[in-house]
Amino acid sequence: MKVGIVGGGPAGLYLAALLKDADPSHEITVVERNPPDATFGWGVVFSEETLSELRDADYPTYLAFEEHLVRWNSLDIQYRGEVIRSHGHGFSAISRKVLLSLLQQRCRELGVELRFHEELDGLDRFAGCDLVVGADGVNSTVRARHARDLRPALHRHPTRYAWFGTDLVFDAFTFIFRETAHGLFQVHAYPFDGATSTFIVETTEATWQKAGLDGMTEQESLAFCEELFADHLVGHELLSNRSLWTSFVTVRNRSWHVGKVVLVGDSAATAHFSIGSGTKLAMEGAVALAKAFQAHPGDLGAAFAVYELERQPAVERFQQAALDSAGYFETVSRYLGFAPEQFAFNLLTRSGRVTHLELTRRDPALVNRVDRWFAGVGGVPAPVPALVPLELGGLAVPNRVVLGEAGRGAGLVVSELVAVSEHARLTPESAGLYDDHWQRHWAQLADQSHEAGERVAVRLGHAGRRGATRPSRLARDWPLPPTDAWGLLAPTAAPYTPRSQAPRAMTGQDEADVLEDFAAAARRAAAAGVDVLLVDCSDGYLLHSFLSPLTNPASDRTRYPLEVFRAVREAWPADRPLGVRLAATDWLPGGLQPDDAVAFAATLAAEGCALVDVAAAGVVPRGASDYRRGYLVPFADRLRNEAGVATIAGGRVTTLDEVSTIVAAGRADLVRLDTGPYYSSS
Amino acid sequence: MRIGVGIPTTTPGATGRLVVDWAQRADEGPFTSIGVLDRIVYHSYDPLTALAAAAAVTERVRLVSMVVIGPLRNTILLAKQAASVDAISGGRLTLGLSIGARHDDYEAVGVDPGDRGVRLTEQLGAIRDAWEDRSVGPDVAGDGPRLLVGGASGEAFLRMARYANGYVHGGGPPRAFAAAAARARAAWVEAERPGEPELWGQAYFHLGGGDAGAAYLRDYYAFTGAFADRIAAGNLTSPAAIKDLVRGYADAGCDELVLFPTTSDPDELRRLAEVVG
Repeated sequence: MKVGIVGGGPAGLYLAALLKDADPSHEITVVERNPPDATFGWGVVFSEETLSELRDADYPTYLAFEEHLVRWNSLDIQYRGEVIRSHGHGFSAISRKVLLSLLQQRCRELGVELRFHEELDGLDRFAGCDLVVGADGVNSTVRARHARDLRPALHRHPTRYAWFGTDLVFDAFTFIFRETAHGLFQVHAYPFDGATSTFIVETTEATWQKAGLDGMTEQESLAFCEELFADHLVGHELLSNRSLWTSFVTVRNRSWHVGKVVLVGDSAATAHFSIGSGTKLAMEGAVALAKAFQAHPGDLGAAFAVYELERQPAVERFQQAALDSAGYFETVSRYLGFAPEQFAFNLLTRSGRVTHLELTRRDPALVNRVDRWFAGVGGVPAPVPALVPLELGGLAVPNRVVLGEAGRGAGLVVSELVAVSEHARLTPESAGLYDDHWQRHWAQLADQSHEAGERVAVRLGHAGRRGATRPSRLARDWPLPPTDAWGLLAPTAAPYTPRSQAPRAMTGQDEADVLEDFAAAARRAAAAGVDVLLVDCSDGYLLHSFLSPLTNPASDRTRYPLEVFRAVREAWPADRPLGVRLAATDWLPGGLQPDDAVAFAATLAAEGCALVDVAAAGVVPRGASDYRRGYLVPFADRLRNEAGVATIAGGRVTTLDEVSTIVAAGRADLVRLDTGPYYSSS
Repeated sequence: MRIGVGIPTTTPGATGRLVVDWAQRADEGPFTSIGVLDRIVYHSYDPLTALAAAAAVTERVRLVSMVVIGPLRNTILLAKQAASVDAISGGRLTLGLSIGARHDDYEAVGVDPGDRGVRLTEQLGAIRDAWEDRSVGPDVAGDGPRLLVGGASGEAFLRMARYANGYVHGGGPPRAFAAAAARARAAWVEAERPGEPELWGQAYFHLGGGDAGAAYLRDYYAFTGAFADRIAAGNLTSPAAIKDLVRGYADAGCDELVLFPTTSDPDELRRLAEVVG
């Protein structure tokens, strides 16, 4: 087979070596536009798993690497003058320059033709090849040439980073957080040989500009950073190699192959540097592609299919973790008030791959310290964070788990929508709190829960234009037959679906009546012994449809929901927590955005709101989450740490370990555990 | 997990006789359902017509569309056809609906594909209404045919949770099904629907040896470009591969897995029965 490889980075060289080693009759040419010793960046990181994969794939290369690897298993977090060291994180690193020269050497030994200083104008040079490989990096020209078939999607991250080196040899993977008058800077640093470390400085675009870095030369930038991190560099210097203040680009492609062309390495997929996996992904990709050719010699279609089937799911998982990690660093300044224990735990669990349990396995001492801090206890073994009581506006909630069902040991049982009047109901079977019968019903439920040690929250609301539908056994939002239906209210007369009953646009009198219904129901809830009241502003029910621009053309969209909140507050005992259930986003352009929710939550917090139960979408019958694990957690995190209010997170959280991870990391205070289908599934 | 078998309505050279005989033989077991696919611009049979024929020669198996592309069809006609198949079969229809992926099908019937998701959402509500108010078609038994919705987007899961009885997956390895099933359940929980969604999976098989099955899949999925190779590579061509997939789907919580033939070889049904029976 004649093979032309565009790009002499780790992916291209390693693939060339693997293919040639498997079948010496292959004629392989690697074309690289830079000289053999040119390299950008300093060191690269591998995990133990990657190394064992490289060992299996090509032992001589692995042996050559091994001599030059630096290994360590600690991770330091330098935050507010304190260093928190975490153990049990096995990493290895190697100089990128050494890595490339070893791969070049291996290629030459095997008889791969390496051509440097060659710009490839088009792919004509490889026209006679049986296989053309685009290993030409994040800005791949091969990918651009075939964009119509490969369908690349590029995401440019909103931070700036400079990839420096330093002659300070760190003894751990080190994160440094440095607050300045311009904003926060953070460093990702790790050693990669006996004399040098990688030292990546990252900051937001805004801070970068405020600090004047956009107008500085390379030398000035270097001097700026040396001065900024003088305490940490302790007399050592920073080294630059032209990799300065770029924005990371996450590359995805729907397909990695078209015809006889295939992508490998950064041209196919990148993962943000904060999880240190770019080179690892590239080389693992080369291994998978080489294996696919061994399994299907002479059948490009089959080999490409196997390569993608094998590799794409793994890469997507890594990219998601990398995006979560990058997102953490983009917004890390919101956590600057955290205690060091919580700050460290939050950082270590940022990508979703490390949970409380996994970190316990790696570093029991640190987790014990975090747990003791979280529980506020001294030297005795502390409970896992999920089981630590929460002090909520004077109420002791016995643990961090929220369920919709009583009697199963939740800290807080939160009801479904409870209607403030008969006409506020969702369906004829909906619960209410508008007469003595319902008051007795809730008093009984509250008693039962209290006996079981649980606290009870009622989600008080008005179904708005989603009301008067059938019970959801067969469908949601299926209107009742007109003979059984009651009239609906909403900010405007637009129906929820084309088949739904049109609501009446609320008049001033309607607003006053519903306000009084809320207040009366709140008094009944108090009398029934309910512990927490949540005013419902979610799921497209009445108050959510006031808040969303998709359903309320008025400019002061928070006016009425705020009036209702105040009226309920007046009716509700001052010594019991009052909260809201709030849509944090409509998941739609032009809809309610997280920024709006943060602003409203901050207003509510100032008005005495003690808890936000975080929801999303529903205001129109479109707008959907991706329903990934914990999909509401990022919103709970934002609301909690930007609006300064306790939150309930949820959205496909199914294990107590996740609950512990979320609350100990300070992303939420309580977590709704989805049980039912997950637990009963065969 | 129950196991169904697809009827060869899209494979090359499938005669009308084969379609009917296959359905009749599948009814003898061990299969619990027989499935059909939908495609307009292809040498294939109309799914509901094929199920009507199957209904006439079967007594036991559930009849399932995986899927009918809803927006290609007039909603009331679709509701009436489905009610008819349901009535002819004595209430054995499970109607899977989705938006499909091929623009040529939309062009062929003159429907704008632009708002097909919104249209399908509206169709689901209208179909439920039509069945319930009995304005068209034979009376449906009970609540009418079970409704499944397919698709991989968040909107598709939302649509499923709002209107359907369950989710129908488009095929792939067990881990892909498991991921989709978890999202379907999450959407179901968020919609506050009681119980659990039915979860249906599908896969392709060819046990007769040779490359004919893979060749058909490359042709059938040619519109997906390079993706067709992957689908062809996923074809189950050995008893071990089928058993592995069945185990994987069962572990992922699949309620019913339907295995579709990729050739018109009538012996494929017997071969599959020997593996899964």
